Amino acid sequence: MTTQTHSARGSRRTFLKGAGGASVMALTIGFEWIGSVRRAGAAAALESGAPFAPNAFLRIGADNSVTVIAKHLEMGQGSYTGIATIVAEELDADWSQVRVESAPADAKRYGNLAMGGVQGTGGSSAMANSWNQLREAGAKARAMLLAAAANDWHVPVSELSISNGVVSHSATNTRAKFGSLVKTAAALPVPDQVTLKDPKDFKLIGRKAARVDAAAKSDGTAQFTLDVVFPGMLVALLKRPPLFGATVKSFDAAAASAVPGVLKVVQVPRGVAVIAKNFWAAKQGRDALQIEWDDSKAEKRSSTELMEEYRRLADQPALSARKEGDAERALRDATRKVTASYEFPYLAHAPMEPLDAVVKLSANSCEIWAGDQFQTVDQANAARVAGLDPQQVSIHTLYAGGSFGRRANPGSDYIVEAVSIAKANGADGTPIKLQWTREDDIHGGRYRPMYFHKLEAGLDARGQLTAWRHVIVGQSIIADTPFAAMIKDGIDATSVEGAANIAYAIPNIAVDLSTTKIGVPVLWWRVVGSSHTTFAVEAFIDEVAHAAGEDGFTFRRKLLDHHPRLKGVLELAADKAGWSSGPLPAGRGRGIAVTEAFNSYVAQVAEVSVDKDGHVKVDRVVCAVDCGTAINPDIVAAQMEGGIGFGLGAARFGAITLKDGRVEQDNFNNYRVLRMSEMPKVEVHIVPSTEAPTGVGEPGVAPVGPAVANAIFAATGRRMHVLPFPKAGDA
Amino acid sequence: MSTTFTLNGKSTTLDADPAMPLLWALREVAGLPGTKYGCGMALCGACTVHLDGKATRSCVTPLSSVAGRKVTTIEGLQSKQAKAVQAAWIELQVPQCGYCQSGQVMSATALLEKNPVPTDADIDSAMSGNICRCATYSRIRAAIHTASQALKA
Repeated sequence: MTTQTHSARGSRRTFLKGAGGASVMALTIGFEWIGSVRRAGAAAALESGAPFAPNAFLRIGADNSVTVIAKHLEMGQGSYTGIATIVAEELDADWSQVRVESAPADAKRYGNLAMGGVQGTGGSSAMANSWNQLREAGAKARAMLLAAAANDWHVPVSELSISNGVVSHSATNTRAKFGSLVKTAAALPVPDQVTLKDPKDFKLIGRKAARVDAAAKSDGTAQFTLDVVFPGMLVALLKRPPLFGATVKSFDAAAASAVPGVLKVVQVPRGVAVIAKNFWAAKQGRDALQIEWDDSKAEKRSSTELMEEYRRLADQPALSARKEGDAERALRDATRKVTASYEFPYLAHAPMEPLDAVVKLSANSCEIWAGDQFQTVDQANAARVAGLDPQQVSIHTLYAGGSFGRRANPGSDYIVEAVSIAKANGADGTPIKLQWTREDDIHGGRYRPMYFHKLEAGLDARGQLTAWRHVIVGQSIIADTPFAAMIKDGIDATSVEGAANIAYAIPNIAVDLSTTKIGVPVLWWRVVGSSHTTFAVEAFIDEVAHAAGEDGFTFRRKLLDHHPRLKGVLELAADKAGWSSGPLPAGRGRGIAVTEAFNSYVAQVAEVSVDKDGHVKVDRVVCAVDCGTAINPDIVAAQMEGGIGFGLGAARFGAITLKDGRVEQDNFNNYRVLRMSEMPKVEVHIVPSTEAPTGVGEPGVAPVGPAVANAIFAATGRRMHVLPFPKAGDA
Repeated sequence: MSTTFTLNGKSTTLDADPAMPLLWALREVAGLPGTKYGCGMALCGACTVHLDGKATRSCVTPLSSVAGRKVTTIEGLQSKQAKAVQAAWIELQVPQCGYCQSGQVMSATALLEKNPVPTDADIDSAMSGNICRCATYSRIRAAIHTASQALKA
C-alpha cells in the first residue's frame, strides 16, 4: 500500500523523523526553467532538518522512500497518482515506496508549462504539461543511481540493471535498494542528456497503479483544509452582500458580539467578518449581524431579463470568431434551412468542500493552507492585500474537496478574504480559518456564465450540409482579469471553444460572439466553454441530421474524414453501444455526441427511458475517449464516469437564477445535483495510443448533455432547447 | 454545559453549547475531523455518523440530543461490515476528491449492517442522501456489492 504525506504541518519534517537517523541522505533532482533555458538542479546530500534543494521534483531517502513533489493540486482528478506514476516509471521505483508531497508556491520551479509559467492546475493540463519534465526528472535520477552503484561496486554501468526499486549486478550477485545508493548518487553530477524509456517497456504507465490517496480517503484520515487545526486558531465567517456589487453602508455588531465565543467583528472589503473561537459561534454571530448595504452599484436584474436581452443581442451584429466561405449566402441558397436556439443558465461549481483557507499573517510573513489551485496567482493577490512581497507569502497546498475550477480564480476571492480578515484582526500571527458555508458557496458568484446560442444550418438539394451560422451571447470569463490579455480581437477563446473550432466539414461557416457585461462574477467551470458550446453544436447537428433524413451517427461520421481521432472515438462509442442494432423500443431512445476538449477526444452514446408522465431515466452511457497515452487507465475511466455524472447533473437540474439581482438558490435542496439513483451505468472505452497524454479531468463532461438530449428526442420527439431540461410535466 | 455520551466506544463528556450541532462538537471539541461539513441542512450526507447504529446526519443533530446514546464516527468504525466496505472502497478505487467519502462509508456500512445483501434499489434508497460531486456513484454501488459478497464468503 502506498501512502501519501498529507499533513498540513510540515510533512517534510515528518518524513525526516520517519527516516529515523540523525542524518538523512537524500538525492534531489529537478530542473529550473528560466525562459526557455533549462538548467539541471543541484543534487545535494542533506542533513536532518536542513532545507532541501529548492528545485526538486523528487527526493529519495536513505529509507528507500521515493518522494515525488507534485506541482499540481489533487482535487480528485488523480493528479498525485499520475505525477508519481510518470516519475516512478522512468526511475524504475518500487511503487509501494512512492509518496507524494505538494510543492510550495514557486512559479520558477513549479509553473504549469501550459499556463505560461503560472503555477496552477486547470485546463486538464496536469499530465500533459508534466509529461516530459517528469519523465526526465525520473530518468536522470535513475541514471545517477546506476552511476552510484557502478562507482560503489567498481563495475561498469552497462552491466547493471534496475527494477522495482532495486539496482542489481548479476555477475557478482550484488543488489541494493535505492536508499543505500543515495549518498554516492547525491555527489554525482546531474547528466545533461538521458534516454527515456521506450513505451513498450513501461511497467507502471498504462497499468492501473493504485491511487496514492485511496486509503486515506476511505478511512477519514485524508487531510483537507477543513481539517487544519492549530493551537489558538480562530474561525471566521464572512457576511457578503446579498446583491453582486453591493457594499457595506453600515453595520451593528452588538448582537453578534454578544454571542458566546465571538471575539471580534471586523469590516473587510468584501463584507463584515465574525471571528470566533469555533465555527458554531462564528455562524451564530454572523446570523445576528445587522448590516445595511449600499445597493447603488449592484446588479439588480433578473436572469429572465438578462436572457431576454441576450436573445435580442443574438440578432445584432457581433464579432467574428471564425469565418470560412460565405455562410449568409449559402443559407440564402440552401434548399432547406434548420434553425434553433439554446439557453444555458449560470451554474455553481458546488464542490463538496465549501471554500476554506487558513491564514497565519504577521508583520512580515503570510502563511496559507488551502486546497490551492492557483498558487502563484494566489500568492501575488495575498501579498498585495497583506502589503507584503510575494516571496513572503508561502502556500501549503492540501487536498481539495473538489473544485471543478472554483478554487482557481484570478481574483483569488477566498484567499484574499482570508488574508484581509487576518489583517483586520491585527496581523498578529493568530491562525484564522475562513470557512464558507454551503449557502455562501451557492450565493457567492463566480459561476459558469449564462449563454444564449442561436444556430442556423443550410442543406442543399442532396441533403449536404453547406452552411453553418452560430451566434453565441454571454459574458467573458477572462475580461477584467489579469488574463484579459488573452482576448484577441475582442474574442475570449473560452467563450467560443468547442464552437469556433467545430470539426465538421462544412464549406461555409460563421461563428460570431457577442460579449455581454453583467455584474455577476463568472469563472471557468469544468470543461469551460465546451460546457455549453458542445451542447449547442451536438444538439443542433442532430437536428440537422434529422432534417436531412439521416441517422445522427452516420451524418456526423461523414463530416469527420479530416479528423481521424474524433471519428475514431465516434465509431468506437457507436460500436460499443450497439448503435447499428437500430432504434430502441418505444419509450426508449439512444443519442450520440462527440467533441474535442483540451486535446482529448470523447464520444458518448446515451440510452434513456421516458415514462408516460415524461420522467426521464438515463439508463446507460457508453463513452469512448482518446487521450493519447493513458497514464492510468483506471483513473481515465474514473474521470469519464465522474465527468458524465457531473455533466448529466447540470443538464438535468443545474441552474442558478437571479430575481432582481438576488440568487434564488441556497443549498442542495434548490441547487440540485446528481444523486446516486440518477447515475446511469457507464462504460468507458479507451483508444490505445502512444501519443503524448492529454486531458481527462474535464472532457468527459461535455458530450453527455447533448447525447442525453438527443436520446430524449429519439424517445419522445422533443428537443431540449433550454437547460436545465424541463422537469416532467413542465413542457 | 456538558453532554455525556458514548463516542466510538468510550464514555465521553463534551463541554459545549448543547445546541451545537454534533458535527461541530465532533470536529472542533472532540477533535475528530473525519466527519465532514457539506451543507449544514442534512441534504448531502457528508456529516453522516452512526447514532445507536443508525446512519444520522450530524450537522442537524444537536449535541444535547445524543446524551446517553452511542455515536460512532469514521474514526471509530470497527464492524466487519465497515472493514469490508473500506476494503472494497480501496479495491475499486472509489474515491476521487474524497471529501464526501467518510459519509459514504458510514451510510454504506449502516446499510450492510442492516441488510447484508442489498439490491440496487436498496442501495439507491440508502445512498441517495449522500451527494458526491465527483459522481463516484457507479463505483460506490459496485463497492457495496463487493463488500456484501466479501461478507458472505
